[in-house]
Amino acid sequence: MNLLQTLDYLTERDSVGHEAYNCPTDKLLEAMTYLKNELGFSMLVDVTAIDNGENADSRFTSIYHLLNIANGELVRIACDCEGNEEPEVPSVTHLWPAADWHERETYDMFGIKFVGHPDLRRILMWDEYEYYPLRKEFPLAGHEVEYPEPDIVERTDLKVKAAPMAGGPFVASTSGPMSKSEPVAKDQSWREYNDKPE
Amino acid sequence: MADTKEIAIGDIQARGEEIKSDRMSLNVGPSHPTTHGVLRLKMELDGDTITYVDPVIGYLHRGDEKIAENMTYNQFVPYTDRLDYLAPLANNVAYAIAVEKLADLEVPERCQAIRVICCELARISSHLLGLGVFGMDTGAWTPFMYCFTEREKLYDLFEELTGARFTTSYTRIGGVTRDVPEGWLDRVEAFLDEFMRTVDELDKLLTRNRIFYDRTVDIGIITKEDAIAYGITGPNLRGSGVDWDLRRDKPYCGYEQYDFDIPLGSKGDCYDRFLVRLEEVRQSASIVKQAIKKFPPGLWYAEDAKKIYAPSKDKILTSMEELIQNFMLVTQGPQIPAGEVYFEAENPKGALGFYVVSNGGGVPYRLKIRAPSFCNLSILPKLLPGLMLTDVTSVLGSLDFVMGECDR
Repeated sequence: MNLLQTLDYLTERDSVGHEAYNCPTDKLLEAMTYLKNELGFSMLVDVTAIDNGENADSRFTSIYHLLNIANGELVRIACDCEGNEEPEVPSVTHLWPAADWHERETYDMFGIKFVGHPDLRRILMWDEYEYYPLRKEFPLAGHEVEYPEPDIVERTDLKVKAAPMAGGPFVASTSGPMSKSEPVAKDQSWREYNDKPE
Repeated sequence: MADTKEIAIGDIQARGEEIKSDRMSLNVGPSHPTTHGVLRLKMELDGDTITYVDPVIGYLHRGDEKIAENMTYNQFVPYTDRLDYLAPLANNVAYAIAVEKLADLEVPERCQAIRVICCELARISSHLLGLGVFGMDTGAWTPFMYCFTEREKLYDLFEELTGARFTTSYTRIGGVTRDVPEGWLDRVEAFLDEFMRTVDELDKLLTRNRIFYDRTVDIGIITKEDAIAYGITGPNLRGSGVDWDLRRDKPYCGYEQYDFDIPLGSKGDCYDRFLVRLEEVRQSASIVKQAIKKFPPGLWYAEDAKKIYAPSKDKILTSMEELIQNFMLVTQGPQIPAGEVYFEAENPKGALGFYVVSNGGGVPYRLKIRAPSFCNLSILPKLLPGLMLTDVTSVLGSLDFVMGECDR
């Protein structure tokens, strides 16, 4: 299989063990339809995304893993999302029903809007939740938010609290002087002298 | 009784009245015996027939992927135990292989053999629970007790090997934590001989059981096309007759050396999924026996991977170089080169995939867990409508999912 010849807008992407390509957003549906109908990638294994960091050129990249069950070929398609604050990417639910839940999860975790998804709502977090947990600026401990059931809140004043991170996972930084590379929790938001996460 | 009912309905029809069934919405779960964990189903019923299903998941969401971005590769191993908590050993192995692929690291044959034995014992343990609970869901209590007795013996073996019955955390990047204990392989073999008799009994108790038969045959049929389109994997996919098993089609861990059959269903109903699991248990036992037979000598970790696998304790205590090496590994984590990898292993529930993005160093930049239970459950809104309410137990039992993995 050489996709670069037939679909000239694809560029090769770094990967271990199988082929991977970058695809521009406006050509994603065309490429996916071709992969499914012409090349026999009948199974959509996984949809996810990467947050390239708040200052990255295009902040979010959506990732698709496709499998051809007939010959065992696996391919990864990566597609940079349009817009950094409200990222958008076309939905592939009409090609693979499997994309339904995967795209909902990616929307839930990153806030990427899959245009054309029939029922794009949160799947793991509750509907009223206002953050996107897998974005890099979201703290590991989480944010304190309202409990989603108003009648329970009325009676008990219950809140969803940030996790108590004291002790957190300890990881040393690999750069900088030795004095700074002592193992500390990567997320410092739990520290007494820092402001508590809101 | 049936006769009186028919006459009654006939009377209504004779009077020209319409027969009306009640429409109702029904909520099952998140804490309900049939949902095997914290799955919640919002259903709409027309009489006894399901017309609409909306599965609500996420009650066990712990943010494993976020946690992974904040710790070193080896620190994440215990979290993989808690994905599919019925087969923690298989999760450990899948995770280790994914990261090792990224580091381009080959583990020695002995390590691979240990991992294969672990995976297959985990499969036996997980399928035993799946079969036993499926039996219980359809009204058979005894098979469940038989299965749990056998699983208890397996847990003893796991404890001897890893130090823990349940949360094993056995693998490290580049190997496993320790070699197999003396005489352990013999005890595994003895267990397998004993256990095959229980499988035969289980077979006799359920396979031709009239009640079980009535509640599973032709119920919850997943066609080949649907199974592939919805990304269903594992025994559920093979139950629908799709000949796909990662152990054979994309061998890892040296699975290509073992000789085993892959059972396939013909129809894709609950009964087929049951039969596939039952046969897979036997095949797993055979793989473990083969692995024990040609159990290779050597080391159980990659010796040359100095920046990835921790040195042995006696060397750390006596040699300066190993001490420093151990210190760096503990504080900064195993050093994995930049790149990205997607690896999936054939776990008891289906294909468990890890997508690891590394920028170099000891902490993953992004780690995505592709959970088979998540994908297998995504077919419920299509599968359940049209079935009767009582069939929900059969279908959920036959799908054999784990919410710890689905919600991550």
